[in-house]
Amino acid sequence: MTAPLSHGSSIDSSAIEFDHASFRLDGRPLLQDLVLSVKQGETLVLLGRSGSGKTTTLKLINRLLLPTAGDVRVNGRRTAEWDPIRLRRGIGYVIQDGGLFPHFTVERNIALVPRIENWPQARIAARVRELLATVGLSEELASRYPSQLSGGQRQRVGVARALAADPPILILDEAFGALDPITRSEMQKEFRALQQRMRKAVIFVTHDLREALLLADRIALMEEGRLIVDLPAAEFSRSQHPLVRAYVEAFSSLPDERLPDPNFGTKRS
Amino acid sequence: MNFLQFMMANRQQVLDLTLEHMTLAGVATLLAALVGIPLGILITRVPQLSKPVLGGANIIQTIPSLALFGFLLPAPWIGDRGSRLAILALALYALLPLIRNTYAGIRSVDPAVVEAGRAMGLTDRQLLFQVELPLASGVIVAGLRIAAVLSIGLATIAAAIGAGGLGEFIFRGLAMVNNQVILAGAVPAALLALFADFVLGRLERRLGSLRSKS
Repeated sequence: MTAPLSHGSSIDSSAIEFDHASFRLDGRPLLQDLVLSVKQGETLVLLGRSGSGKTTTLKLINRLLLPTAGDVRVNGRRTAEWDPIRLRRGIGYVIQDGGLFPHFTVERNIALVPRIENWPQARIAARVRELLATVGLSEELASRYPSQLSGGQRQRVGVARALAADPPILILDEAFGALDPITRSEMQKEFRALQQRMRKAVIFVTHDLREALLLADRIALMEEGRLIVDLPAAEFSRSQHPLVRAYVEAFSSLPDERLPDPNFGTKRS
Repeated sequence: MNFLQFMMANRQQVLDLTLEHMTLAGVATLLAALVGIPLGILITRVPQLSKPVLGGANIIQTIPSLALFGFLLPAPWIGDRGSRLAILALALYALLPLIRNTYAGIRSVDPAVVEAGRAMGLTDRQLLFQVELPLASGVIVAGLRIAAVLSIGLATIAAAIGAGGLGEFIFRGLAMVNNQVILAGAVPAALLALFADFVLGRLERRLGSLRSKS
């Protein structure tokens, strides 16, 4: 499968690179001096509260926004130099509740990018079947409309749609945020398994530390438009940074093998 | 002679005037749609234009209809024939609901859906024709329905400038102080309006369900 971005520069192994990137809106800094990169095959989780700049960071990748200072590079090329349409078709995008087109069937939703890329009909049909299986949906759902699906099914269709043209980069914005805890946990595990096979460059935005620890190779914590720490997931919980500690404490009542000893660093004992 | 007898006795003329009436209102609505829908789309793309365009269409609506016909009478070419003039005046009135509903319809499409489309690499044109217009079509057809009903009603006044239509019966009846004659114009005009309302209302509901198709 030829992906639109795969013929980009291969000298730089970073699929996505923020080089002192800032973004201001009406003089208000939403993102300041971000330095961050994601390699092919790597999953980076952007963790942070609402308004910390996570979504702004994502929008700089697919050029829904352009940095007001510094550079954002995708496959070694500044996003400002990319044709935005070509750039975006090489980046899968998943949002909360799927963001599906309500007037398209599941099949047409999934086939969105292949269709506008003028794939032959037979190839589109085969790809849709393949993707339904990949995200664990029965083929009977292909002719349904999004409003006839459960939240979890819609989210799966959203993931399938993002994967349709096999983009090398995948960005997910609170993708599983609208799901009930059980479905959410299922989706997280399946997504992790999927990523282990796909090896795409993934940026996953969440405010849920548990989700971050489960999915991430690296976790970047953001606050007020700044990157606070950027650590391998296994080391994140051991960081002594006060903001990391605050995060870990807020979640430390939850059981997870990567979470620290409940007595470690908490003020309760 | 009662109203029905009058209608039967003059059925050929009733039919002719009804057809004339439908033509006036139909062509005017079509013209208004051809101008109003693109204008409505334009002001979603260039928001600075939305105030002047909607304001202008609003002002047209506030002009008393008889006065608007009068204003246009001296216009060259257009003023030469009553029907052309009437169609232009009716189309001007029908503009507002079409512009406003197109604008409101597109603006009311879920921004998350539009942004998802943009982020997936849809061009502006693809976004408009594959996402925004289909999802706004119910609201746009509602505007078309209002415009059509408005035009059918206002077209009765077109007879005052010799444009024909069912208004002929109404004005004649008024002059003759004859209620049967007035009714022979008013009843078919009302039926036409109800019919347009019904047909376009059904289309509107079908298209409106695109938003949450089930």
